[in-house]
Amino acid sequence: MTKRQKSHLIRMGQYLLIVVAAVSAVLFADWDRIARIFFNVEIMRDMLPEAITVGVWNTVIYTLGAFTLGFVAALFLALMRLSPVAPYRWLATVYIEFFRSIPALITILVVAFGIPIAFGARVPGGILGTGSVGLGIVAAAYMAETMRAGIEAVPLGQAEAARSVGMTSGQAMAFIILPQAFRIIIPPLTNELVLLLKDTSLLFVIGTTPLTKELTKFARDFMALTANATPLTVAAILYLLITLPLTFLVRRLEKTAGKGRRSVTDRATA
Amino acid sequence: MKPPPIIEVRGLHKRFGSLEVLKGIDLRVEEGEVVCVIGPSGSGKSTLLRCVNRLEEATSGSILIEGEDITDRDADVDALRTKIGMVFQHFNLFPHLSVHDNLTIAQRRVLKRSRSEADRIAAEMLRRVGLSDKIDEYPERLSGGQKQRVAIARALAMDPDMMLFDEPTSSLDPELVGEVLDVMRKLAKEGMTMMVVTHEMGFALEVADRVVFMDDGVVIEQGPPARVLKDPETSRARRFLRMVVER
Repeated sequence: MTKRQKSHLIRMGQYLLIVVAAVSAVLFADWDRIARIFFNVEIMRDMLPEAITVGVWNTVIYTLGAFTLGFVAALFLALMRLSPVAPYRWLATVYIEFFRSIPALITILVVAFGIPIAFGARVPGGILGTGSVGLGIVAAAYMAETMRAGIEAVPLGQAEAARSVGMTSGQAMAFIILPQAFRIIIPPLTNELVLLLKDTSLLFVIGTTPLTKELTKFARDFMALTANATPLTVAAILYLLITLPLTFLVRRLEKTAGKGRRSVTDRATA
Repeated sequence: MKPPPIIEVRGLHKRFGSLEVLKGIDLRVEEGEVVCVIGPSGSGKSTLLRCVNRLEEATSGSILIEGEDITDRDADVDALRTKIGMVFQHFNLFPHLSVHDNLTIAQRRVLKRSRSEADRIAAEMLRRVGLSDKIDEYPERLSGGQKQRVAIARALAMDPDMMLFDEPTSSLDPELVGEVLDVMRKLAKEGMTMMVVTHEMGFALEVADRVVFMDDGVVIEQGPPARVLKDPETSRARRFLRMVVER
């Protein structure tokens, strides 16, 4: 038996195994029961429109709130990390390492309950504000590292060219470095947006109310009410409807970004 | 009284860690003069040029730009740099900006020129380098030679008193070198003060008022191009030129 025949045989064996597993799953599964518990059309109908007007709506609000806050804070942190001033670098490093190293849940709980106890004041914006701030603090730490990498990926010659025409370091950063860095980090930043969207499911811990609960909490409450798993299926489908287009977008952006960079080097040598 | 030189380098030392790249450089460039700096790679000529507009910090010594010390801690480096045009080996055009915006952004943000004035100057500078039709292109759509001509136009748009060229043709394909040298030749003829680090001996011979030969962080010899390039006094310069010509 040649090497080629051997690998061919192994491949056939793998296919066979997958087919057997799939067929036996189909044969032995209790499809009626599965349909009743996971795909109950009546319950699906009952969930609408609140699943979207409350669940998806609040999830999107928390996500955008946290992303906006995180983005602004991350930009400051990234610039501090790259600052020639050592204490700024230390501060940013401590922040980033701290919030990346502890569970997001703890940060969220501290913002929701620790801060009111310690300072006698709540985060503005009610529960929506509290949730967004809690998640935003964590998101800032991750996004800061992405932004730092993006800024460092812009060739040094760009800053030199900007300075050589008399720009201050701030002008060079604002007009020359950051616009190029943002182009580089759009794909990873979109990934972080997707992660953030899913992390909003942690926000049940801050005691979201019927009007402020996000999609996962909404589904869980509905599950408790109906003693049925269909709400989870609905939630999963709704998450997919938001995240899949984003993921596709990222893939396309990554492709075009790669193409652009390649064509630049092609022409440089052409 | 004679006006001060446009560039005056005094006792310049530059050290990268334990490596001493410049070991005491003294050099004057007078107004309207074209000085070509030649020498083997690693001789410190690019570092010297980058010290002149303080892209590199001098370790010791001073550099006077029109009489003002740019190495001084309190010097207004940004203002001084607007008087010094710089052209890089790798062009360093801003890839996210069109050719037009490459030429206007610093005019608008640094010199605070009006939009119409910046537009007018950008168009004029592009005409000078023969690329008026490329004003709306993005850098990635240009050939290497065109990119370098745009880079020269970008520097000229700031209305500098002097131009520094750091191996402006070294990353170009041979057939594109000529168009860049043509632009530089024209600039020299118009009286621009130029300091050019180059390996183009033909250009140096034809255009330079003075050639400076550097090796190992010091100026070995300098003088009229015909003498330094055809009949160098030092054996080091002779050896270098023989290798360059034989190539």
